[in-house]
Order: sequence, then C-alpha cells, then structure tokens
Amino acid sequence: MDNKKIKAGITVFPGSNCDADVYRVLNSVFGVNASFIWHKDEIKDLKKYDFIVIPGGFSYGDYLRSGALAARSPVMQSVKDYAAKGGIALGICNGFQILLEAGLLDGVMLANRSLKFECKDVYLKTLNTETPFTCAVKKGAVLKMPIAHHDGNYFATESLISGLGRKKSVIFKYCDEKGGITAGSNPNGSILNIAGISNAAGNVMGLMPHPERSSEKILGSEDGGWIFKSIIKYIKEK
Amino acid sequence: MVKKAFIKVTLKEEVLDPQGKAVLSVLKSSGYGNVKDVRVGKYIELDFNEDESGKRRPLKEEAEEISEKVLSNPLIEEFSIEIK
Repeated sequence: MDNKKIKAGITVFPGSNCDADVYRVLNSVFGVNASFIWHKDEIKDLKKYDFIVIPGGFSYGDYLRSGALAARSPVMQSVKDYAAKGGIALGICNGFQILLEAGLLDGVMLANRSLKFECKDVYLKTLNTETPFTCAVKKGAVLKMPIAHHDGNYFATESLISGLGRKKSVIFKYCDEKGGITAGSNPNGSILNIAGISNAAGNVMGLMPHPERSSEKILGSEDGGWIFKSIIKYIKEK
Repeated sequence: MVKKAFIKVTLKEEVLDPQGKAVLSVLKSSGYGNVKDVRVGKYIELDFNEDESGKRRPLKEEAEEISEKVLSNPLIEEFSIEIK
C-alpha cells in the first residue's frame, strides 16, 4: 500500500496553531494524503479518513478551560462517533486537552506546577508498544520531543489512574535521557510523570509533547516521526 | 420575572490552585501579610429568554445542567448557582 492512499484528517479550530505543522509532516515527510477539517464543516461521517489528528494550539483562546469549547463543537461530535466505531484519533497538546474535555480520554489538565509556559525538549519513555501510535517503536524506547504548554499537568483520581494502569493505557511517561522516570524529568507536575495516554480500546491517544515538531532532522529530533510511522504501519497491516 | 443565573465555578479544595498561589505570593510581597490563602475562581452570568410559553423547566435545573456539562469540569471543579 502506497502512503498516498492513506487519508488523514486534521481538525482546525479558531486558535489551532500546529495544524500546518501536522499537515506538512504528514504530507511532505511521510507522503500521506492529509487534509484539513474546519470545525464548522458539516462532515457527519469521518469514515473516509484512516486517521484523525487533533493538533495543538489555543483553540478558542483557551477560554473557560483549555480545550473545553472545542470539545463541544460539531466536528468533535463527529470525532466521538468516529472513535466509537474504532477510528484512530491522535490529540497533540491542546488536542489532548480537547480529547479529555470531550470525555474520549480520562482525566484533566491542570496548570503546570511551575506556573510557567514550559517550552523545551523532553524525553519520553514508551511503556506500551502495542498501540496504533507506538507499534513501530522499540519497546522501552526513549524518544526526544519538545513540549510547549501551560496546562500540561495531567491529573486524574486514583480510581481513574488504576483503570489506566489495568488497561495499559499509560503510553508515555516523562523520563530522563536514559529512560529513568524521575521527579526531575517531570516538566509540569503530571501525576506519575504521565505524558500520553490512550482510551481503553487503544484507538484514541492524547500526547502532550509535539511529535510533529520532531519529525525532521533539521528540527533537532526525528523521534516524533515514530508516532506517525506507527500509525502508517498499523493502517497498512490492518 | 426570573431570568438570570449567577454561577460561581471554583476549584475543589483538594486541587492545587496555581493562580491562587501566585496571587497569594504577590499579596504577601505587597505587604498584605494577613492573607493566609487565595483561591481564584470564575464568575459567569447567564441571561435567559423570557418564558413565553410558561412551560419551561425550572431555570435552576437548566442552569445546573449547563454548569455541570459545560461551565465546570466535575473532576476538579465545583459550582454554586444563584437565580435572581
């Protein structure tokens, strides 16, 4: 199967600002046929897409709560239906916040412990490589990707956290360069260093760091590319 | 005629409020040492249409649903409603 035959939809809200980066990486780096979906477009059925990316940014200016308003927009209702039928959806940064607010993922994002906008490279330990988002990643691999957020301090109640653990839904944790999951490598105060989680079925993932900003050598890291390579591999082998 | 709901959304007590902590530290450095803690919340006013049919469900009920489903995130926030 040619990558060009894989169709990806990138949702765009007022205030999305990583949509063009995702578009570039999917089309120009990985040769996928990716296109934008404007939040007001009445696409009732997203089934023509092989996967959906909800990109980062500041949808609706982060009004009310990060991701809260976008989560209630018409296109997100379509994404909910799409995900319920097993469709693959990846939320990056603000996209992760939107997925949480939409109830597609468990938990919530609080303001960073530092009270600052954190913008730097971090290391991520891959905990589950049996997902559509990590199936091309080596087990336990440490990936370098940048973060850029103010509200990335993942929080969930004990019962939600134990549920995530049971279902192997914690996909990525912040770690040091060698893969040690330490307090010092946690950039935002996230509970248990959590950086990325999936839903119970494994077809929806939220990730705080930016794989689309780390898929080309010129940007300092190509490690983020493994997320997109995994999705492509998964779709081809499906 | 009752048609306004005044809603306060606050972080639950057990949830850390970084904004409140930042304000507290500014208050302390501004000489207001009597302040022990600060919590920052949101205040929202809902202005409703007149109930022309007279058959609408109670405003409080609708305001509660809106607060629960949209205005607050029940995982970390709680709300109070005043109808006037």
